[in-house]
Amino acid sequence: MNKILAKTILRPVVWIIYAALAAGLIYGITYLIRLNGPTYFAQAILDGLRLGFVYALIALGYTMVYGIVRLINFAHGDVFMVGAFASYYAIARYGWGFVPAILFAMAICLLLNVVIERVAYKPLRSAPRIASLITAIGVSFFLESFTALNFVFSADYITYKRPFEIQVWRFWGLSVTNVTVLIVGITLALVLGLQFIIRRTKIGKAMRATSLDKNAARLMGINVDGVITFTFALGAALAGAAGTLYAIAFPQIWTYMGIMPGLKAFVAAVLGGIGSIPGAFVGSLLMGTVDVLVVSFLPLGSRLRDLFAFLILIIVFLVKPTGIYGEPQVEKV
Amino acid sequence: MEAQSVIAPGVSTTESQPPTLDIRELTMVFGGLRAVSDFTMEVPRGGLYGLIGPNGAGKTTVFNMITGIYVPTSGEIRLEGQEISGRAPFQITRMGIARTFQNIRLFQNLTVLDNVRIAFHTHSGYGLMEAISRLGRFGRQERALTERAQDILAVFGLQDRQLEIARNLPYGEQRRLEIARALAAEPRLLLLDEPAAGMNPTESETLMGLIRFIREEFNLTILLIEHQMRVVMGICEWITVMDFGQVIARGTADEIRNNEDVIVAYLGRAAGREL
Amino acid sequence: MKRSAVPSWIPTLAVAIALYLGVLLAKQNDIISVYWYQVVQIAAITAISALGLNLIYGFNGQFSLGHVGFYAIGAYTSALITKDYTMKWSGGQTTAVSWLIAGQLGVVLLLVLANRLKLGALRKRITASLARHLAHHEARTLSAVVVLLVIAIVIVVSIAAAWALHAVLAKLMASLVVALPGDVSQPIIFVLAILNGGTLAALVSYLVGLPLLRLGSDYFGIATLGFAVMVYTALQNSDLVIETMKGARGMVAIPLWTTWPWVFGVLALLIIVMRNMLRSSHGRAIISVREDEIASQSMGVDVTQLKNLAFTVGGFYAGVAGALYAHLYGFLHPSTFNTIKGFDPLIIIVFGGLGSMTGTVMASVMFALVIEGLRVLLPQGFEDWRFVIYPIILLLIMLLRPAGLMGTSEWGWLKAPLPPERDIPVPNHSTQSQAAVTPSEEA
Repeated sequence: MNKILAKTILRPVVWIIYAALAAGLIYGITYLIRLNGPTYFAQAILDGLRLGFVYALIALGYTMVYGIVRLINFAHGDVFMVGAFASYYAIARYGWGFVPAILFAMAICLLLNVVIERVAYKPLRSAPRIASLITAIGVSFFLESFTALNFVFSADYITYKRPFEIQVWRFWGLSVTNVTVLIVGITLALVLGLQFIIRRTKIGKAMRATSLDKNAARLMGINVDGVITFTFALGAALAGAAGTLYAIAFPQIWTYMGIMPGLKAFVAAVLGGIGSIPGAFVGSLLMGTVDVLVVSFLPLGSRLRDLFAFLILIIVFLVKPTGIYGEPQVEKV
Repeated sequence: MEAQSVIAPGVSTTESQPPTLDIRELTMVFGGLRAVSDFTMEVPRGGLYGLIGPNGAGKTTVFNMITGIYVPTSGEIRLEGQEISGRAPFQITRMGIARTFQNIRLFQNLTVLDNVRIAFHTHSGYGLMEAISRLGRFGRQERALTERAQDILAVFGLQDRQLEIARNLPYGEQRRLEIARALAAEPRLLLLDEPAAGMNPTESETLMGLIRFIREEFNLTILLIEHQMRVVMGICEWITVMDFGQVIARGTADEIRNNEDVIVAYLGRAAGREL
Repeated sequence: MKRSAVPSWIPTLAVAIALYLGVLLAKQNDIISVYWYQVVQIAAITAISALGLNLIYGFNGQFSLGHVGFYAIGAYTSALITKDYTMKWSGGQTTAVSWLIAGQLGVVLLLVLANRLKLGALRKRITASLARHLAHHEARTLSAVVVLLVIAIVIVVSIAAAWALHAVLAKLMASLVVALPGDVSQPIIFVLAILNGGTLAALVSYLVGLPLLRLGSDYFGIATLGFAVMVYTALQNSDLVIETMKGARGMVAIPLWTTWPWVFGVLALLIIVMRNMLRSSHGRAIISVREDEIASQSMGVDVTQLKNLAFTVGGFYAGVAGALYAHLYGFLHPSTFNTIKGFDPLIIIVFGGLGSMTGTVMASVMFALVIEGLRVLLPQGFEDWRFVIYPIILLLIMLLRPAGLMGTSEWGWLKAPLPPERDIPVPNHSTQSQAAVTPSEEA
């Protein structure tokens, strides 16, 4: 390969290619912005972030449980669904306000998950992992079909009754509702609370230790069983809050509503690096934003949104399977 | 440390008769950790060489680099003159290197016979279509490879256990099975990673005889990692000693036994001072 | 181990014949209703699909949650072919099938060319030679561009080849169909439909497996689940591409050509194929990948190739099963292939015993019977309870017997054949050379 040839012709060619790629990217984004106006674009981003916050609450449960017991808790999306229903009953049947309702939902989900963990997952902790996975799938099915029975929640689509009136504020052409403020506020509060628990409390330290090495933690005197149950409980409480917030934002609930958000939150957790809490958060925001952008900009976007969510997943797997914050696992030979 | 010969005195290697294994300046860096630094070693054809050192010295890492499980950060590995570093493990095996593992890696749920037969997969003598249709060379070749597998098992005294599930075997037999399986891959170079681990003196005695036997019978070059000194001193013609990822000594059994650096490495500075 | 005097295939064949005739006669003499006749066929079809997943996961150890996607591909593909024959939705009786065959061969040509050209090695070589004069990232970009260009050329060549092949095939098949009487051409078209359903599913499996199989177990499961969701979404919107697939409304008017003889015949054939494959060197190698990938690699086994093989064959089985399913009820709806239903084959193979063909077949039958049987057994108004009972049964099995019905055992001819009786010569190695052992202390 001729040195002069390389420097005079090929080098410029490379830079032209880079310039073209950058130009294409910039053009694409500005095209999107210009398509329906910058306000529309910004609103889409805002709504996407809002959805992402809700996904984050669900994704955190997935990522914490996976980090500590290497289990993909397929039933988590259904716990989210139970949270939505619990708050519905609190508000519609007993006339409670928002705060008691969401606390009620969190409490119910917490209890539910603790029961599930003790009854279905704990006995199988020493069994091969596939057994726990199948059990998780079974629990998920059970929750879905049992609640769909007529004397429980019934299989109907129920219109959720909001515990307060919607208020809309407009600025710079964007409309922000009190629902959005609530979602962002509560999610941030819960996530900060979670970070506090994990970083500053003894149980949090125990959780971190257990997720790194269960046996070593046990030898250090940590009550591993208790820590695991606590993790499940914590994740479920967040899911319960997520269910309530989601139902307030999209006021229609039904017993199979947890499947897609659950899957997408799970993808988000993987995208961010499964087992990583900041990863779950970042991944969820990304997932939510992409979801809403697809719906807002693609023709037929609302029909294809799920396809894009998983397309992202596949791309992440091809490029960096461990996710954004993930650590590659090296097997010791 | 005075300059030491890389290989045993009296053994020569030439262009036409390259050493079976030729490692030059092999280095492995994991993130911030230098597991192996500038490791150099030559094993001539037919040699029975040893690689020893305290736990964590990097011996298995060297094995893993030779067999392709790790890609070395730098350095060269040659098998009979051919560069092999960076190739996929299965390719390296097909070129003629087989190994056993420190923590036994048998196919636990397969039979003893099947464990060995897997090694013949590359040269089974029939293709997938012949297997599915049971036509053509399948019958003959399958019988032939089964017999070869059984013959190898017989060398290790395992022929009567051929239908036993591998995980049900007692520990010593599992170790022997792993060596048998490696042998079935028809290697030129056999790497044994602590073959005598967990064996009592009688068993190690038998193992030593076995290793010498298979070297003769199957025309092998053997490199072994071992902690049991009676085995190493008993059969190895030349020993390389590692510590903290580097070679600290080379020599015959007698030379190594009395080498101060080796003693210090194993027993610590205090012990060395006492000598 | 005692060897029985009777070769194992005899009792197995006897049972098979009995089952076949039993169902056939029961149907012909109206002992079982049409409803149960269909349930039996569904059981066998489920068994075919489950056997495919058992190969991928039970025997090869790759946790695939995307099996239903390949089942769907087989179902819809075969339906398009047969609907062409009966209703000419594409304009001709054999247009769809000739496009499918030409298209698949085109993709195969592309894969073969890409493989031959060794693009990965090519890219490295170009990068290396350019890097001597240019910065590393510049060299990489240029080599990427070159490789992309090569790929583009290969794609164009393949498309052209497929186009040409289609032109030839279309004429050939059209005249063939016209020439042959209906009784002959119909089963031929059905065979082509089933075969193409299988091969297309296998081809997609191969393409999906290429990038994904190198992922570790859990990630592979999630990625394949994602694939299944993508297939489902595509099916929901299929009417945008091919009108007759009717998207979320469901594809109708598929000829009802699936009968018990067809189902049984295909199942029997595929069981034989799988058994022969698993009881051979390839089968042992496939299983060794499940047991210990690293050890398997160290034995010279090309683990990636074998994973691809298992995944592709498994996909083929799913596609064939889907094709038979499509022609049983004559109606396809995307909800049959959603994520919930997607777990059915996984549950079946775990319930039957991972790594047991016998277990899979038995579990498939029990699964179909339980789901349908509960519908009959449960009192009026309580039918939905079966979806509550079935997971409870599943949970009980997981808690009480996680190894599944059969564990890894097989029955009859499906068992691994014993090696032929033989007096194995034991070498004498007391003829050991010198080297007195120095009685040294252990370090």
